[in-house]
Amino acid sequence: MTDTHISFVRHEEIPPSPPPVAERGVLKWMRENLFSNWFSAILTLVALYIIAKFLIGVFPWFYNGVWDAGSIRECRDILEGRFGACFAVLVDRWDHLLFGFKYPQSEYWRPVLGFVLLVLAAMPALFYMYIPTKFLIGTALYPFLAYWLLWGGTLWLPIAVLAAIIATAFVFRFVEAMSVQMRTILAGLVGVAGAIGLAYLLYLGAQELWFISDSVGSAGGFAAIAGYLFKAASIFTYIFAIPMGIFVGYAIFQSAEDGGLVTVATALLAIYLMLAYAIGPVSEFLNGLIPIELQAVPSRDMGGYMLCMMLGTVCVSLSVPLGIVLALGRQSKMPLIKGVCVVFIEFVRGVPLITLLFVANVMLAYFFPPGSGLDLFLRVVIMITMFSAAYIAEVIRGGLAALPKGQYEAADSLGLNYTQATRLIILPQALKISIPGIVNVAVGLFKDTTLVSVISMFDIVGMIRGPIQQSTDWISIYWEVYLFAAVCFFIVCYGISQYSQWLERQLATDHR
Amino acid sequence: MTSIADHTVTRSKSSFKLSMLLNDTRYRSFTFQFIALIAIIAFMAFVGGNLVRNLAEAGLNISFQFLKDPAGYDINQKLIEYNSQMSHGRAALVGLLNTLIVAFLACITATVFGVVAGVLRLSNNWLVSKIMSFYVEIFRNVPVLIWILIIFSVMINALPAPRDFRGDEASASMVLFDTIAITNRGVFVPSPEFTNSLSVAEQDVAEDGSIVPAKGWQDFALIFGVLFLSWIAAKLIGSWATRTQEATGSRPTTWYILLAVWVVPLVAVLAFLGLTWDVPALKGFNFQGGLQLRGSLIALWFALAIYTGAFIAENVRAGILAISKGQTEAAAALGLRPRRIMGLVILPQALRVIIPPLISQYLNITKNSSLAIAVGYMDVTGTLGGITLLQTGRAIETILLLMLFYLTVSLLISALMNVFNNRMKLTER
Repeated sequence: MTDTHISFVRHEEIPPSPPPVAERGVLKWMRENLFSNWFSAILTLVALYIIAKFLIGVFPWFYNGVWDAGSIRECRDILEGRFGACFAVLVDRWDHLLFGFKYPQSEYWRPVLGFVLLVLAAMPALFYMYIPTKFLIGTALYPFLAYWLLWGGTLWLPIAVLAAIIATAFVFRFVEAMSVQMRTILAGLVGVAGAIGLAYLLYLGAQELWFISDSVGSAGGFAAIAGYLFKAASIFTYIFAIPMGIFVGYAIFQSAEDGGLVTVATALLAIYLMLAYAIGPVSEFLNGLIPIELQAVPSRDMGGYMLCMMLGTVCVSLSVPLGIVLALGRQSKMPLIKGVCVVFIEFVRGVPLITLLFVANVMLAYFFPPGSGLDLFLRVVIMITMFSAAYIAEVIRGGLAALPKGQYEAADSLGLNYTQATRLIILPQALKISIPGIVNVAVGLFKDTTLVSVISMFDIVGMIRGPIQQSTDWISIYWEVYLFAAVCFFIVCYGISQYSQWLERQLATDHR
Repeated sequence: MTSIADHTVTRSKSSFKLSMLLNDTRYRSFTFQFIALIAIIAFMAFVGGNLVRNLAEAGLNISFQFLKDPAGYDINQKLIEYNSQMSHGRAALVGLLNTLIVAFLACITATVFGVVAGVLRLSNNWLVSKIMSFYVEIFRNVPVLIWILIIFSVMINALPAPRDFRGDEASASMVLFDTIAITNRGVFVPSPEFTNSLSVAEQDVAEDGSIVPAKGWQDFALIFGVLFLSWIAAKLIGSWATRTQEATGSRPTTWYILLAVWVVPLVAVLAFLGLTWDVPALKGFNFQGGLQLRGSLIALWFALAIYTGAFIAENVRAGILAISKGQTEAAAALGLRPRRIMGLVILPQALRVIIPPLISQYLNITKNSSLAIAVGYMDVTGTLGGITLLQTGRAIETILLLMLFYLTVSLLISALMNVFNNRMKLTER
């Protein structure tokens, strides 16, 4: 027999056989993600059913939608009984939804430009890691420009205010750089002025308290007790008016050597004098010289989505600094200051925004001098700012509490005083931690701006509920308009919250 | 060596200079607080003085007497007896109860929505988790006021009117065995009534000789009292079972005793009271009988629940994700089944993370329920802060009372939260 030893040695690797059908591609993905067990399978089927139902219900509504009609009856005539939306209301009332019904039509470019600039101005602050710091100057200039664009009037007024602020900064620098002799003289002058001014203010306050106690105390009962309290406060203030004035004057004078208080006092005095006496005449004069004017639009003519945007932006930007102050106050070791901050924060957080808006609407005017005539927009801004400041304060307090104690101790051991430690060590870190929380508050606040429709301001919801749904043309149309408002808010709020999550990831990297 | 210490001591004792009030950290905080006190008093003087002047100018004064005056307006959704002859104070109380009702209903529903959405968002099922993130993002990023108005508009415009239920070829019909009518005037549900009601001395008898059922708070108090006793009994049985288990090692089967403890007394008391159901029926132009839940109540309830549910879903998801994976793995290594891992290991730990934000969501619901005024549901903002304010013109008093009410509720809820947090702390090692 011949040796028929057949051996087979494969020299090349056979290609791997494909996995079973159920273990690859779409099927595998479906098996794992949609039908992994019987419960999941049921859920998938139910979900598919709901989606199908929803699409079948909604698709014709969009598909049949009428975009060109003058009123809801015309719209129905065009539809001829078919099921469809009447988007023509959005076309017809586009201006009203965005700008309100009183903003002059020829001036619509102004809010639009303001909005575009807002996005541009926000960029350096939002993406500070990519955009050079010098662009922040644009962000700082934005409020003045935006004020001029939205409210109109002369451009010289915001420029004059800006100039006053810059001049104050120069005064600050100038006093800081003075020789000690010069500053002693200045401190003497400012000290005397401060002492007299404060004493006079307190004297007025004491008079006012006596006046209150007289009118309250006459009522009897509890009011009588309150009257006595006010009398006591009045006497207290009378007694301390002159000593307080002298003390503060002395404190200013005494700070001449190292410069802290006198610099601040001089700067405050300077900006007060400029704002009170110089701004108006100067801007008027300049406007007479070179008139740069836009048609003035009073705040009660603002409305629509623009009003929500304005309230949201103004109130958030005002409430962050106020929130920082409140949070620091709440962390303070001084019981009185801490107490005031705690009471304020807890009170504001304990009541619904709507009651605060009622306050703005009917009550706040009582607290200002008769005839001061603050307009509703300003009153609402005051109340919403207070509201969001309390929430932001709580977020920042969380950030402050999250800082390791070592940071405070390290700042102390470097010999930094409270202001320096807070400004250089504590706040930069605490704010960084609290940014996502602050953004959340901002989103919530922006959504809450719709509540102003309850106190008869015509924001986007107010426009829908008032001029649009009450008009004979578009009587009781609701899905299309509310959907539009919802989409408006969704775009902004979803955008901001995505940004906040992105920022959180950015900030988280350097802790790993 | 001793001179330094001596020097400091003598210096601080002997010479107190005015400048130390500013520069010495021991005194500086007193100075600042004194200045703050003066500033507060000055602020009070400014605000108070303006207030007194403005009130005098308008010929007003601060007085709460208006609460006793007849209100003169009707409230369509009420829990306690009320008519327009009763006082503003009573109207405020009705509104207050309405606030609490809608907040309570919305809290429960929002919790259900939130827990379901939060758990499903973490599920392995891709489709379901995507739908849930869709729900959360859509509802979180649109103002709750818009949701309330959308749902309210749907209730008013898209639901059948009561007359659609009429006739043989009615275009609408009642649901759930003809007991619930969903109309554009609200949802009509059956309400319990009792033939032996405790609320009346003697039951009225109808013309055909049958007894007219009635109801009153006494009946419900009796039922709740019985339920409370059952609850205590169930607790006692539970602790007895635990004691037996600790002594003998095996837990006695108690589910049938518990069932009996809960069901038997309840059935007995319902039989004693003679429970019947007052089913809504179409009479004239509207449904009569039963309990009418107005469209405004339903819209507010549902919108608050679905909006806040989206937030709660996020809290629940965060809470479950906060428990490290090692816990699940350790429990699995001990041989626990997935369901018991969830129930015994993950949830008890996750709850500690979930409950504090959950309670603040309840607080938000209570505060957001004040949006009732936008749909005309008469909660405390609608009565006290709405019509009473308009009728009496007493802005300051009504708004103060309103704020006081919400403040009380939120402080109570905060106190609850603190109690919970402290209890949770004790269980920590």
